[in-house]
Amino acid sequence: MSRPLLEVDHLVMNYQTEKGDVSAVEDVTFTLHAGESLGLVGESGCGKTSIAMSLLRLVADNAVFKSGEIRLDGTNLLALTEEEMRQRRWSEISMVFQGAMNAWNPVYRVGDQIREAMDLHFRPRLSAAESNDRIERLFHLVGLNPAMAERYPHEFSGGMRQRAIIAMALSCDPKVIIADEPTTALDVIVQDQILQELKKIQAELGMAIIYISHDIAVIAEVTDTIGVMYAGKLVEIGPTDEVFARPRHPYAFLLLSSTPSVTGPRRKLAPLEGEPPNLLDPPPGCRFHPRCPFATDRCRTDVPIAENVGGGHLVACWNWEQVPEIGALIK
Amino acid sequence: MSQPLVKVDQLTKLFPVSRGMFRKPVDFIHAVDGISFEIAPGESLGLVGESGCGKSTTGRMLVRLSDATSGQILLGDSKGSGDLVDVAHIDDSDMGTFRRRVQMIFQDPYESMNPRRTVFETISEPLAVQNIGSLHEREGRVRDMLQLVGLTPPETFLFRYPHELSGGQRQRVAIARALVLDPSFVVADEPTSMLDVSIRISIMELMLKLADDFNVSYLYITHDLAVARYMCDRIAVMYLGKIVEIGDTEEILGNPQHPYTKALLSAVPVPDPSFKKPEVQILGGITKAINPPARCRFIDRCPFSQPICETEDHPPLEDKGGAHFVACHLVEKSA
Repeated sequence: MSRPLLEVDHLVMNYQTEKGDVSAVEDVTFTLHAGESLGLVGESGCGKTSIAMSLLRLVADNAVFKSGEIRLDGTNLLALTEEEMRQRRWSEISMVFQGAMNAWNPVYRVGDQIREAMDLHFRPRLSAAESNDRIERLFHLVGLNPAMAERYPHEFSGGMRQRAIIAMALSCDPKVIIADEPTTALDVIVQDQILQELKKIQAELGMAIIYISHDIAVIAEVTDTIGVMYAGKLVEIGPTDEVFARPRHPYAFLLLSSTPSVTGPRRKLAPLEGEPPNLLDPPPGCRFHPRCPFATDRCRTDVPIAENVGGGHLVACWNWEQVPEIGALIK
Repeated sequence: MSQPLVKVDQLTKLFPVSRGMFRKPVDFIHAVDGISFEIAPGESLGLVGESGCGKSTTGRMLVRLSDATSGQILLGDSKGSGDLVDVAHIDDSDMGTFRRRVQMIFQDPYESMNPRRTVFETISEPLAVQNIGSLHEREGRVRDMLQLVGLTPPETFLFRYPHELSGGQRQRVAIARALVLDPSFVVADEPTSMLDVSIRISIMELMLKLADDFNVSYLYITHDLAVARYMCDRIAVMYLGKIVEIGDTEEILGNPQHPYTKALLSAVPVPDPSFKKPEVQILGGITKAINPPARCRFIDRCPFSQPICETEDHPPLEDKGGAHFVACHLVEKSA
């Protein structure tokens, strides 16, 4: 198999605060190939957005990379100077931000804001005519009327703003796009339109996309691979079909068991007791053990090591063999 | 059939849009436009639709946080007997009795609580306003409520402030506050949409359990059909101020008739990668109903529209068989 486009290798990232270090990303490893789509799911505060921001090195000032590497085409992004990183941002790796409502500067035309991104990051530089032409093509691609480029953000609806954000993320032909909750604030019909659009664009242009969402159903629809995060750890990763059919980590299992659906039999859902831990002082051993119905003594002391359960499906749990089939806990 | 607990008839709310030099209201947004429905004692009705469809406005009118422009809201008692009270014409002296029977749970537990009041003050306030019990008795009642909503042991929560609670715990306090007066009807406006998935189910389970214990009916407002399926006996689908379809939950989800309901259902993401989704047929996004023409509200986005939809008024909500009501000219009555 060819070398992956993006390799996140044992990444550890902390936020330093007055109260101590917050362990936001703890020993996370995954790879992404060109044209592939990966989904990261988890609850708020589990480290999804911290990973996204680490990939772009747009982390907060108090963030410290303790160890690990992020390699894009073999280059460790964490070892680059700020200027070298700036040159790679947008042209190699770009982002669709969450909250399209706030991602635009309200006093500039949308087209001008996309043009600014291209002026800074597109090499070789485009002439004015070329960049206009490019914006027109981008707007067509995301399903917007190119005349809208001359309008201001407040003249766009929420769905249109999100489409324009996608156009901006595509503007410099990146190899990887990170879509952080790309449709969270949108109504379901518009959400569906945007997700279908992104899938179509990906098939056409062939870039890799990392989707980040708290909504496991969205991830089910758009990704090839899914990674489940809990309290800064990647606890399970594997082909989306397999993880959904047979989640092996207790957290992934409970998350799937507690997701209501409009299809299939109306079933009783199993609530997940307790709350995520405080990452200033994460529990020893497995971080999920205080809430885990399958926890044993070993889980309280030893950090589980990711184990391959077959077909590139990795699980970080000592007792994954105990986890029953989905539907076992529920009537 | 016994009397309904809530009977809404031709309820309408118009918001003026002011323009020009003297801010004269020239146009009206038809936020809620002549909707009618009933809720039986102990039943939960889900009100679903996209943002801006009028579902929250409907909820606010039912608890009289907002006055209706026209139409009627009648409230019965939980036993389905006695006279129905017209909510719009309750005067100030009877408002107290009304508030004892109807309560609301809001969406955002971070904003629906006074940050300078303790949990005890927040939950006991309705009792204090209603002059129920002595301070000592109120404390006992608040303890019982905390126990019921799963904030145990109660004494560790009584004197905490909202900032010391997580989102899920706050929503439990909000539920305790809404139920402390033992109401018969509660309007819940997206009570779980701000919460994480794992916490969402426990709050939904709690609300279902308390609905049984207290024999309350919910009007459950949500944009999420999967949540509505879990919580509600019946579902009403709203589009631009109109109810376009109403019926039993499984019937609506399994056999949707209105083109909008069909589109909404096929757009809902399904947590199953092997599920083949039907394509969503409608285009565009939701608009605002500013001085809408009399014809069907959905016509601009409807893939099936016919000349009759253009010329006739908005179709009435008709029983198409088995108490499944649909507002569409093109849906045939089934036997």
